[in-house]
Amino acid sequence: MSVTPRVPLATAPGRFGGTILVRGGRLIDPARGIDAIADVVIRDGRVVEGTPDQLDGARVLDARGLIVAPGFVDLHAHLREPGYEYRETVATGTAAAVAGGFTTVCAMPNTEPATDSPAVVEYVLQAARRDGSARVYVIGAITRGRKGKALADMIELANAGVVAFSDDGDCVTDPSLMRHALAYSVATGRPVVQHAEEKALTTGAQMHEGMVSARLGLPGWPRQAEETIVARDCELTALTGAHLHVAHVSAAGTLDFIRRARAKGTRVTAEVTPHHLTLTDDLVGGHWWSATASLPPYDTRTKVNPPLREPDDRDAMVAGLRDGAIDCIATDHAPHGTTDKHVEYAAAASGISNLETALGSVLSIVHAGALSLVEVIAALTCRPAGIFGLEAGTLAPGAPGDVVIFDPDREWCVDPAQFASKGRNTPLAGHVLRGQVVATIVGGEVLHDRS
Amino acid sequence: MRRKDVLDLDDFAPDEIREVLETTVAMKEVLARPIKRVPPLRGKTIVNCFYEASTRTRVSFELAAKNLSADVVNISSTGSSVEKGETLVDTTRTLQALGADMVVMRHGASGAPYVVARELSACVINGGDGWHAHPTQALLDLFTVQSRLGRLEGRRIAIVGDVLHSRVARSAAWGFATMGASVVLCAPPTLLPAGFDRAVLTGLRAKGLPTVVAGTPSVELTHHLDAALHDADVVMALRVQRERMDSGLLPSLREYARAYGLTRDRVAKARFGAVVMHPGPMNEGVEIAPDVAYGGQSAVEEQVANGVAVRMAVMYLLAGGRGGAAV
Repeated sequence: MSVTPRVPLATAPGRFGGTILVRGGRLIDPARGIDAIADVVIRDGRVVEGTPDQLDGARVLDARGLIVAPGFVDLHAHLREPGYEYRETVATGTAAAVAGGFTTVCAMPNTEPATDSPAVVEYVLQAARRDGSARVYVIGAITRGRKGKALADMIELANAGVVAFSDDGDCVTDPSLMRHALAYSVATGRPVVQHAEEKALTTGAQMHEGMVSARLGLPGWPRQAEETIVARDCELTALTGAHLHVAHVSAAGTLDFIRRARAKGTRVTAEVTPHHLTLTDDLVGGHWWSATASLPPYDTRTKVNPPLREPDDRDAMVAGLRDGAIDCIATDHAPHGTTDKHVEYAAAASGISNLETALGSVLSIVHAGALSLVEVIAALTCRPAGIFGLEAGTLAPGAPGDVVIFDPDREWCVDPAQFASKGRNTPLAGHVLRGQVVATIVGGEVLHDRS
Repeated sequence: MRRKDVLDLDDFAPDEIREVLETTVAMKEVLARPIKRVPPLRGKTIVNCFYEASTRTRVSFELAAKNLSADVVNISSTGSSVEKGETLVDTTRTLQALGADMVVMRHGASGAPYVVARELSACVINGGDGWHAHPTQALLDLFTVQSRLGRLEGRRIAIVGDVLHSRVARSAAWGFATMGASVVLCAPPTLLPAGFDRAVLTGLRAKGLPTVVAGTPSVELTHHLDAALHDADVVMALRVQRERMDSGLLPSLREYARAYGLTRDRVAKARFGAVVMHPGPMNEGVEIAPDVAYGGQSAVEEQVANGVAVRMAVMYLLAGGRGGAAV
């Protein structure tokens, strides 16, 4: 099995050269199998061993009673710049990231222009160096203009620093082109991230195809549109020896294809979003008889691609994360402007502004006892970092000084008006979440502090 | 009526539907007078907002409003700001600012009237949204069946046609099932909305209403026409559109007509004297044979006539009128 080569560490925004001590927290670092009360010391931007005697001038953060973990790594975020700055910018998107405990984000290439050339990659990386709070990596387009017709200059993109390839937002449906993309990607050593959606099965689709879509009269997005593409891509990955990463898995059946491919030694990894782990299509129906719905019917904040599915799918996502069929949690942070969402359901844009609610959402699974805190933290740190070969996700000595400190029990009410993200589009508005980020440190600098 | 809007029948209680049907009787009496105009909505402005082509429904609402002495403004998707890229919410705010008291909305997107109703303090009546709902059509169907058969409870209603794309079928299923009838929805497998039966049964349960009528579920889906027609008190045909063939849902209208068209022989398999209905406009010779459409069992023209009375009743009740009161 090929190993994704290490990517050079992305720049941290801070220029903090001193020492910082995170004292007395419960350190959970799944990469090293650590779950204990321990201090974390960062000097000159990197983690150093033990607690130094000389702490003169060191900044001390009291983490007693709190969880201390490696900063979260998001393999899937839409920062919208360039082109859709009214939805989000690198500045606001990374500010949202650190507010949500993420110190590393991978920017999806469905910008305008699409990130299909080194120039656009450099534009995003420059914006990150200039305005960014978190470390930013760029994902390049698979196809030119993300049009699904011809391959982008993948080797040049890799040389420009992209960490993976994706046409996310759109599926590479043409099987021949997908075969070539996978084959060619081997030369770059970078994974291909597929947005699995057989478009011929989702024409006009607005939500999951099931009981709720039948009632609401909305065209459905059947599970099979995802499953058939994943089945096909697993075979093409075996054929080409590439690394396929399946974006935002939503359908229970998809996991069977992933397990089957892995058993044959094919390199397939997968991610799941916080909303597919916690929410279901009931929310779209938003009706008086639904036990979970708290929104009016047809609330466009529930519209997301792939769509919210049924309780069986949600439970399968949690089980998949537990048994390893799904490697990690990725937010698919998809900020939109009011004009994108304040319209009829069929006209609304898909996506949820997720970075700031991700932790609170997935901790609900921990509070319900379906996943352990260590499993969730692994899925947010070392596991995603390993998939793209990023230097992140652990607090081992020498590692980048990227830390999240959170209170797993602190309750807070989601108020999108308070978001750092420009995207206020979340179906969780008004919900009380249990678990909140207290502080986020990137490269030894405290960039978010609610303590 | 203790509600601001009529968006679907899914949240109607049987008593509420009964109130509309009783008020419709009074409105029918008004329509039988030499001067069909009564004053309850005098000084009120009703806006007919039609984003989708419609003649019969729009005219029906317009007549209903005028018979109640309301001022009526018609907005259609052609020749208005809709074509200038104005959003639904913009249009809604304009209507609000102009002082509309009631808005009747027809829209091609399922759920569009819900967006408008949330923005608007005026009453909103759904005049048909996408594939989702057409509550006043269902109410007029209920009234028509009740007029013909005397009661709704325990009746068997067969609805045959393009159920998947039909707002008429969905609202009719909610309405009839809420009133204690059983509904069987019949179409070729490609035109059946899988799961709709479970959705309605879940809703009925939540309303505390029975989900079984005379041993059969309150709502069923089937592709067996004979089974659907068996023991039916009412047979309703739905329009089947030519465009369904292009998307591969149907091989041909000819095959549809042969396999699912309502012919005299087929209607004979229902209860003796079963009521034949169609929401219109009809494709004669496709979903319904002309001799069935215009035969003695057909209630198609009554449906149209009852539409005005039912819409008068809904407008009157929404405006604060009391059920069954003299008008």
